Amino acid sequence: MNKTVNQKAWFFVLPVLLLVAFNAIIPLMTVVNYSVQETFGANTFFWAGVRWFGEVLQSERFHASLGRQLFFTFTILIIEIPLGVAVALAMPRKGPWVSVCLVSMALPLLIPWNVVGAIWNIFALPDIGLLGRMLNGIGIDYNFTRQPEDAWFTVILMDVWHWTSLVVLLAYAGLVSIPDAYYQAAKIDGAKAWAIFRYIQLPKMKRVLTIAILLRFMDSFNIYTEPFVLTGGGPGNATTLLSIDLVKIALGQFDLGPAAAMSLIYFLIILLFSWIFYTVMTRNEEQ
Amino acid sequence: MQRIKWMVPTVYIAFLMLPIYWLLNMSFKTTNEILGTFSLWPLEFTVQNYVTIFTDPTWYMGYVNSLIYVTINTVISVAAALPAAYAFSRYKFVGDKHLFFWLLTNRMAPAAVFALPFFQLYSAIGLFDTYIAVALAHTLFNIPLAVWILEGFMSGVPKELDETAYVDGYPFWRFFIKIFLPTIAAGIGVAAFFCFMFSWVELLLAKTLTAVEAKPIAATMTRTASTSGYELGLLAAAGSLTIVPGAFVIYFVRNYIAKGFALGRV
Repeated sequence: MNKTVNQKAWFFVLPVLLLVAFNAIIPLMTVVNYSVQETFGANTFFWAGVRWFGEVLQSERFHASLGRQLFFTFTILIIEIPLGVAVALAMPRKGPWVSVCLVSMALPLLIPWNVVGAIWNIFALPDIGLLGRMLNGIGIDYNFTRQPEDAWFTVILMDVWHWTSLVVLLAYAGLVSIPDAYYQAAKIDGAKAWAIFRYIQLPKMKRVLTIAILLRFMDSFNIYTEPFVLTGGGPGNATTLLSIDLVKIALGQFDLGPAAAMSLIYFLIILLFSWIFYTVMTRNEEQ
Repeated sequence: MQRIKWMVPTVYIAFLMLPIYWLLNMSFKTTNEILGTFSLWPLEFTVQNYVTIFTDPTWYMGYVNSLIYVTINTVISVAAALPAAYAFSRYKFVGDKHLFFWLLTNRMAPAAVFALPFFQLYSAIGLFDTYIAVALAHTLFNIPLAVWILEGFMSGVPKELDETAYVDGYPFWRFFIKIFLPTIAAGIGVAAFFCFMFSWVELLLAKTLTAVEAKPIAATMTRTASTSGYELGLLAAAGSLTIVPGAFVIYFVRNYIAKGFALGRV
């Protein structure tokens, strides 16, 4: 659509701008402020320059949490995106079952995040949980509070349970927007299911899938509450993702300087990845 | 082929329902039964856990508090996002693309980064432990999302609609409220759904910004969870009840979800 140039449009944007600026810029300036100062309590601050940034970037603890975070994010993306697309492809397009599918699939998305953690906690505990009992019953030594591999397995399974539906809903929306005529044409040409998927469905889903990947990337990188309630970052530091580590440093040890520097580095990483996605996405739209 | 096809959603939904069933199962058991015996359904069926929640104000007020700030947040987010989304979909202005991306960056901000500064900011302006504080804090990630969704819907409305109304002599605001908003009603529904959803499920900021008066239900639950877990039945009942408002909202917007996603950009 060709848009009119109108500088008065700024007035339309003003309420949003003020609200978001109030919530974003003031707290961000507070973080920047802490990140360059040293404090010994009692509200006395000393200039520390970029010392905290250097310290965080070189600290093994930060590298370890970042590594775990990247592993987590890429694992859940690799599982959730294809699984979501597969479920969306197999869903009915018409009839009463559509509502049943949509409502039951959207359910996990609307459960408060700490309740999600609590649900999985009582579901997976080896003594009282169904999953824990079943796995131990078939001879697998499973205990997510003791063994790091089991903790990882549970955290990833929980995220797949929690968020795959978002991918399903987005992919399904892309699929139902394809006119029937496309499928009829494909049928006349004698196209196989794979060809229909590759040349009709996938291109039509491209935009919604980009959004799905972007949202899942951002949200999984920010994840805090669910794994915190489920494992508390443990056993040891096994599932301490970036946000959990950050809160430990900021509110647990009250090391405001390093925590603030880490926040900013953390935010910049997300920003960088998202900017790349966003540029690729808008470039595709312009073509 | 067709028989395999319906298996996929069925197995997937079964996988989704299993942990929820387990939660419901526990909510009808006594804590002694949960810890003492393992059974797939309650042997001594009890509704005592639910009775406790509905009779104790420290419990049920949690739900009321959550619903109040979620509603305020949804109204503020959608109301502020409407004119902005219109501007982004219809006009070019200095810095429009940068502004749009900047708004989206706030959707990416980790709540953990903002928790402490938010606490200080809202304490400083005297809004700590009020509904409005949580509602305002949640606009940080809900307004960008609402603008994004609504902009997609509005771009789908042909510009001729605006021009016809202008030629017919409609003042802008009357056109916007009487003609334009009803046209994108589905979009407003979808945007409101997402604002409700993200405000309802978020806990870190809601918990940081409240103490007693506006404490959300999710935070009330963490209190029980921390007391060595002896109130497991109660915890399960409270958790089960947090699913109810979400289920209601999905039921009402179920016809919009699929259509809405397709029309809009999200």
